[in-house]
Amino acid sequence: MTGYRLSHGGGRIDRGQSIDFSFNGKRYAGLAGDTLASALLANGVQLVGRSFKLHRPRGIMGVGCEETNALVQLEHGLSSIPNVQATMIALEEGLVAQSINAWPSLTWDIAGVNDRLRGLFSAGFYYKTFMWPDWHWFEWLIRRAAGLGKVPVVPDPQRYEARHVECDLLVIGGGRRGLAAAAQAARDGKSVLLVDLDQGLPSLEGVRTFEKTAALGVWDHGFVLAASEGRVLHRIRAEQIILATGKQERGIAFANNDLPGIMLAGAIGRYVADYAVAPGRSGIFFVNNDLGWRSAIEAAQCGVGVRAIVDARPQVLPELADRARAHGIDLFFSSLVRSAHGRGRVTGVTIEKPDGLSRLACDFVGVSGGWNPASQLWTMAGGQTKFNERSQSFQPDGLVANVEWAGPEPIEAEPIWTVHGGDEKTMFVDFQTDVTVADIKLAARENYRSVEHLKRYTVLGMGVDQGKLSSVPGAMILAETIGAEPGTLSASKVRPPFVPTAFGLIGADLRGERFRPRRYLPAHEWHVREGAVFEDIGWERPAAYPVGGEDIQAAAEREAAAVRSGVGLLDGSPLGKILVAGPEAAAFLDRVYVGTPSTLKPGRIRYGLVLNENGTILDDGVYARLQDGSFLLSPSSAFADRMVRLLEDLLQCEWPMDVVVQDVTEQYAVWTVAGPNARNVLEALQPSFDLSSERFPHLSVREGQLDGSEVRIQRVSFSGELSYEIQVPAGQAVQMGDALMAAGKPYGLVPYGIEALEILRIEKGYIHVGTDTDSETQPGDIGFGGAIAKKQSDFLGRRALTRRSSLSPYRKQLVGLTSLCGGILPVGGHVRAPSGQSGGFVTSSQFSPVLGRGVALGLVEQGQRRLGEIVEIVSLGRSWQARISETVAYDREGGRLDI
Amino acid sequence: MMRIACPNCGLRDEREFAYGGEAHIDRPELDCDDQAWEEYLFLRANPKGEHAERWVHVHGCGVWFNLIRHTETHEVVAVYVMGVARP
Repeated sequence: MTGYRLSHGGGRIDRGQSIDFSFNGKRYAGLAGDTLASALLANGVQLVGRSFKLHRPRGIMGVGCEETNALVQLEHGLSSIPNVQATMIALEEGLVAQSINAWPSLTWDIAGVNDRLRGLFSAGFYYKTFMWPDWHWFEWLIRRAAGLGKVPVVPDPQRYEARHVECDLLVIGGGRRGLAAAAQAARDGKSVLLVDLDQGLPSLEGVRTFEKTAALGVWDHGFVLAASEGRVLHRIRAEQIILATGKQERGIAFANNDLPGIMLAGAIGRYVADYAVAPGRSGIFFVNNDLGWRSAIEAAQCGVGVRAIVDARPQVLPELADRARAHGIDLFFSSLVRSAHGRGRVTGVTIEKPDGLSRLACDFVGVSGGWNPASQLWTMAGGQTKFNERSQSFQPDGLVANVEWAGPEPIEAEPIWTVHGGDEKTMFVDFQTDVTVADIKLAARENYRSVEHLKRYTVLGMGVDQGKLSSVPGAMILAETIGAEPGTLSASKVRPPFVPTAFGLIGADLRGERFRPRRYLPAHEWHVREGAVFEDIGWERPAAYPVGGEDIQAAAEREAAAVRSGVGLLDGSPLGKILVAGPEAAAFLDRVYVGTPSTLKPGRIRYGLVLNENGTILDDGVYARLQDGSFLLSPSSAFADRMVRLLEDLLQCEWPMDVVVQDVTEQYAVWTVAGPNARNVLEALQPSFDLSSERFPHLSVREGQLDGSEVRIQRVSFSGELSYEIQVPAGQAVQMGDALMAAGKPYGLVPYGIEALEILRIEKGYIHVGTDTDSETQPGDIGFGGAIAKKQSDFLGRRALTRRSSLSPYRKQLVGLTSLCGGILPVGGHVRAPSGQSGGFVTSSQFSPVLGRGVALGLVEQGQRRLGEIVEIVSLGRSWQARISETVAYDREGGRLDI
Repeated sequence: MMRIACPNCGLRDEREFAYGGEAHIDRPELDCDDQAWEEYLFLRANPKGEHAERWVHVHGCGVWFNLIRHTETHEVVAVYVMGVARP
C-alpha cells in the first residue's frame, strides 16, 4: 500500500481547488497548497528517483530543504531546471516534472545493475577502479550512468532581478522565536525585515516580510544574500541579524534504510498535519528522542495507521507511552530497526529487541535519529559550535559581531548512529551521493581522518542538500570508527548557498548586454554609415570598412595600402587623454616615465614608457607639453583607466606633489589623418596655423581652428606615415569626420580600421604593450637601454632594472622575424632553441601589402645580437624557417614621417 | 562584503572600493641593495589579526586612505588618512 489523502485536516491545502500536473509523463491531480512532493505522496507515487551512483530506487524522505532523494527536472516552457527538490516546488497548474538520473525510465533503469556491482563503487572508486588501462576508456560510461539532472540546452529564459535592502534588524526564520523577535524589535521602533522559506506567515505590525525566501549566506558586516522564489536576489545590509533557523532532523543508518517508504519521522508529521497526506496505511517509527514519538502520535491521531514505535532508549515519559498505547501502537524499548525489507519499496523491518530479532510488516517507516540546530548560516557568519552531549549535536557557541543565534533548545537524544549487524554497504548516510557506513569505514582505514578529507574522498555532503541530513552522522560515524571522542570531529564546513541556487540569480540582471556596458565611439553612427564592421575591444571599434564583398582581411590590406600610397582616416578616440598640471607636473612625470619629460619644450611631444616597480613595461605612449606646467598624456586605449589610477595612487600615497590629474579621454574625439597626402587634406579645411614641417614638425602639438572648429592637433604617427591626430570635442566628432571625408575626396581618402592599423604598426616595428611584451619585458629588451643610461634621477621601476636578472645576457628581446618563404608566421609559434626547447615566440604577425610578404615581431632570447640568424619556428606540429631581422621592416630611415 | 567608512563619504559598501595592498611600505632609495629592493617589492606581512592596508574609494570620491582590518573577523578597527602614522 502507498500514500493517500486523508479525508479531513491539512492546514495548507484547499480541497476545493484541484491542480493538474504531470510527473514522468503521467498526469496526476493535486490540491492548491500542495508541494510537488505532497501531491506525489497523495497520489501514491512512492518511487521518485534513482540514486546518483548505484541507481537504487528512492522515495521522498523529507518535507523541506533537507530533502535528499526527490530531485526532479522541472520543465517550464522553454526552460528546463535540473535537480530541484520536489519538496520545494509549489504545485502549479500544468507543472511538468521528471525524475533525474534514470535511463531509460524510472521503473526500468538499466544502470540499476550498478547496485549489484556496488563492491566496485566504493569510496574513491574513480581513483582506484578505472585507472587501468586508461580512465578515458570508462569515462563515457560513468558520465552516462552517474550524475544528476540534464543541463538545459537553451539559455535560461528566466528573468532574474536584484534588489538592495537595508534594515536595522534582519530575522531569518519565521517560526515562533523569529516572529517574537521581529515583533519586539518593531515595537522598539526598529526597521525589521523577516525572511522565511515558507509562506502563509502571520503579518506583523511594522515588519516587512519576505516569504518563500531563502537566506543563501551571511557575510561580513551584516551582509546577507537572499533569494525569493529563486527569481529575485535581495542584497540585504542589516545592522543586526537574528538567526531563528530552527532545527533539522537526522536519520539512522541501518541496512536498506534507503528503501522508498522510509522517511524522516518529522516529515511524516508535517505531511499529515499540513497536507492531510498519509505515507501509507501501516507504519513503524524508529526513534531515539521524544519528538519522534510526537510525530508518530500526531499521525495516529489524524487517522494514519501506526503499528509500532521502536525506541533505542529503555523508557520514555509515561505520558507519551500512554498516548501511544491509546492509539493501539505497539511499543518496543531498548530496541532497534536492524534492517528494512522490500523490493523497490519497504514492506517490512527486522527489529532487534532485548529478547531477540523479530520481523514486522509495514508500508512506511518514520525515522528520527535526533535533531541538529540549523546552524549553517551561523557557521557561515564565522560562528563556532560546541558538542552538546545530551542532544548529540553541535550547538552554536561563542559570539559573532552583529549576529545572534535564536535557535531552539537542544532535543535530548540517545547516541545511536548505526545499527550494527546488517550489510554496511546498504546503510546509507548520504542518500543522494550514495555514501554508506562501509564507505566511511573504508575512508577511515585509508587514513582519511578529517571530516573535510572524508567529504572530498567519499563525496559525503556534496549533494545539492549539502549534507543537511548526512554531515553530522558522517562525522560521528567517522569519530566512532577511528576511536575519537564523540564530538571531537564536527561536521564539515558549510558554504553558501544554503539552498540550491541558479547561477542566473547570482548574476541577476547583469546578463547579456548588461553584463558590461558597451563603450561607443562619439562618431559611432558615422562608422555605421561608412559600413564599418565593429569589434569589441573595450570600445566598439571599427575593425575595417569592407566594400564589395571583401572579408575583413582583404579590407584591412586595401586600407593599409591606401594609407601608404595616399591618405586614410582612423577614429582614434579611445586613445587615453590625461591632463597633468601644476607647478610640479614636470618633476612628477620625471618620476613616472622612463624618459625625462621636464626637458621637453612646450608645444613638443615625446614617446615614453611607463614601468612598474618590477621594471616591467606597463604601457607606452606619447606625452605632449602644452604649457610649462601642463602636460597631456596619451596612454594606450587599454591602459588609460589604469594610468589615471596609477597617477592618483602615486600622488596621494607616494609623492604628494603640487599636481592635479584629470582624465579627459571621453571628452574628445580623435581623428587621425595619415598618409603622404595628410597635409593636403588638412590644408583644405582652413587651418588657423601653419602646417609646414618647419613650423609644425613631427612630434609637436598645436591648438587652433580647423574647419571653424576648435581643435588640438598632435603630429604623431603609429603608422609610419605623415600623420595628424585631430582632437575635437566629442559632440563634434561626426561633423569633423564628414568635413575630413569631403576634404579628402580629391586625394582618395579611405577610412581605415584597427586591422589596417595593426598591419601598419607591425610593418614599422611599433610595439603593442601586452602583445609584443609580456610580464618580463623591460625597456632594454625593446631597445630602450640607452634612454635609461642617460637619465640620472629615479623613476618607477628604475631600481629593478639593475638587478642581476635584468642585466642577464639571456633575456628575450624584441626582433623582427621574416619568413624565408615570404609567408605569414603563426602568432604564438615558438622559436626552437638548440636545446630543443623554446627560445622565444612570435608576438605579432601580418601580411604586408606594401612589401608583398609576411612581417612579424617576436621576443627571442638574445635576439638583438642574433640579427641575420636563421631560426626554426614551430607551431601545432608545423615548422617555418625565418630570419631574425630588424624590428622595422618598412622605411627604416623614417623618411616618410618627415615630409 | 564589508562596509568601509570612507574619510570623505562615510560608511559605504565594499564594492565601491578597491584594495591597494599593505600600508606603510617605504619605497627605498635608488642606491639601496638588492635585498632592500626585494623586500620592498615582494615581502608583505600576513598576520592573523590586525592588518594595516590601503584602500581607494574608486567608485566614489577617489581618495586613497589607510585602514586597519582584523583578518579573521574583518572588523575594521580604524580608518585614517594617507600620510598619518598607524594609530
